[in-house]
Amino acid sequence: MTEASNFASSYDLVVIGGGPAGLAAAALASRAGASTVLFDENPDIGGQIYRGITSTPIKSHAVLGEDYWAGAALAAEAKASGALIVTGATVWSLDPSRLVGVSVAGKARMIQAQRVIIATGSLERPFPLPGWTLPGVMTAGAAQTALKAHGLVPDGRVLLAGCGPLLWLLAAQLLRAGTKIEAILDTTPRSNWLRALPHLPDFLLSSYWSKGLALLREVKAKVPVIPIQRLSAHGEGKLQHVEYRSSGKDYRRRVDMLLLHQGVVPNVNLASAAGVAHRWNERQLCLEPVLDVDFGSSVPGIAVAGDGAGIAGGAAAAERGRIAAIAAVHALRPSASVPDPQSVRQRLQREELGRGFLDTLYRPADAFRLPEGETIVCRCEEVTAKQIHDMTAMGCEGPNQMKAFLRCGMGPCQGRLCGLTVTELIAAGRHARPADVGYYRLRPPVKPITLAELASLPISEAERKAVER
Amino acid sequence: MFKRLDEAASIVAIEVDGKTVRARSGDTVAAAMLAGGIDHCRTTPVSGAPRAPYCLMGVCFECLVTIDGVGSRQGCLVPVRDGMRVETQQGKREVGR
Repeated sequence: MTEASNFASSYDLVVIGGGPAGLAAAALASRAGASTVLFDENPDIGGQIYRGITSTPIKSHAVLGEDYWAGAALAAEAKASGALIVTGATVWSLDPSRLVGVSVAGKARMIQAQRVIIATGSLERPFPLPGWTLPGVMTAGAAQTALKAHGLVPDGRVLLAGCGPLLWLLAAQLLRAGTKIEAILDTTPRSNWLRALPHLPDFLLSSYWSKGLALLREVKAKVPVIPIQRLSAHGEGKLQHVEYRSSGKDYRRRVDMLLLHQGVVPNVNLASAAGVAHRWNERQLCLEPVLDVDFGSSVPGIAVAGDGAGIAGGAAAAERGRIAAIAAVHALRPSASVPDPQSVRQRLQREELGRGFLDTLYRPADAFRLPEGETIVCRCEEVTAKQIHDMTAMGCEGPNQMKAFLRCGMGPCQGRLCGLTVTELIAAGRHARPADVGYYRLRPPVKPITLAELASLPISEAERKAVER
Repeated sequence: MFKRLDEAASIVAIEVDGKTVRARSGDTVAAAMLAGGIDHCRTTPVSGAPRAPYCLMGVCFECLVTIDGVGSRQGCLVPVRDGMRVETQQGKREVGR
């Protein structure tokens, strides 16, 4: 295991996140001669898409599918490139001068980077519904992680609910692993189909088309799919049943596990805290960084690649990582040889084709994004939708004021899960646009660290004298 | 809540609230707890409600546990080690751990 004391004090390139974008970027830059370190906070590289790619206990390629195993080549390429790859490494600070604060095994270090590529990927869009905090309710992505990294499958009566490609992929993977799924509660609003139609021609040209159709067929042959318009989870201390509305009728169903999903959104916390400008994407209903054609951000020397730059999937993420890395190498070592950026851009364009259709079709319904009443919004501080509605009515203008009034977003997750919900709820209450309401103002440390970790930072003679006097 | 597809892996033993839980080498603490039938990782500081891992990717902090005496560790990011002592976290982290 690499220890913090082994790090150099500076690197040409620091890559944060070991998913497809980070792995591709680190491999390319290191091959081109840039001193490169990649940090990932998980126990293994691969990010979430290729989670557990070098260590998964799932040996049958059929269970997770060939798209998953494509990650093995990427991981091998990064490992062979000479880049220093450090797992179990939490980056908790990044400032506009590209000073990176990172902790490994309880020891912290500050590292100066000439260039930084943030490749922190995406997270699942919040799915706040009554009872979503009960044990037994988790995200589809969590179940997928349990399967990929640990060979675990949900036990008992399993329900999936939501919309989006990942939900169908997880369903197929669980079925192939032998899990029985009681039903899929499909939250896709019917009206989305009409809006998505204009995007259909591009979608038919994309790789998603045939893959998506095959997945739908595979799942629908084995699992009933029920369109729903309302959903709540219930139980004493853990999930025991769900209630849902389908075609105007209410149903109640006993269940042991409920897996929720309504798409993924960029994980903006680190980039935001580093001062990177963001904007509201109305089609995907999320914040995304403002980037140039090389994925460079508003902060010089800091790029954001992968799904963190806007949702486009794993294959696109790798191409984005390569484009960002080529730009970094150009800036650091203009004479180094790198792949032709034009061909990478063309591959990226092909991968991004079809997103318009998916984003429009699977745009989650208001009913599953804008909760009401006693539904918990901020899971950490147990702040309810009603409290946020009431504070907005009293004149609370944005998420940062909401923190002061309700401690909303002030728990250990630092607003990661409730951020989008809070912004959208306040916008709805104020009849304003989410872009005008804004988002939590994030600042380092973006992950909690202990005082002991901070105290482990090396101290220079000048710093020691400054406090000894 | 979860079961293992493959039981034939190298096994380590961790202790959760004094009870021995067998885990696969390569598990995280949160995965080992889910597979071990432990139905929650922590209780909340506000109402004392039980919470279990929600995202398993380091985002939600619902899997906070005390590991070898250090509180508020994200169970989904820490790999198990033979003999590791894990305690479910009751409410907020206490001073001194």
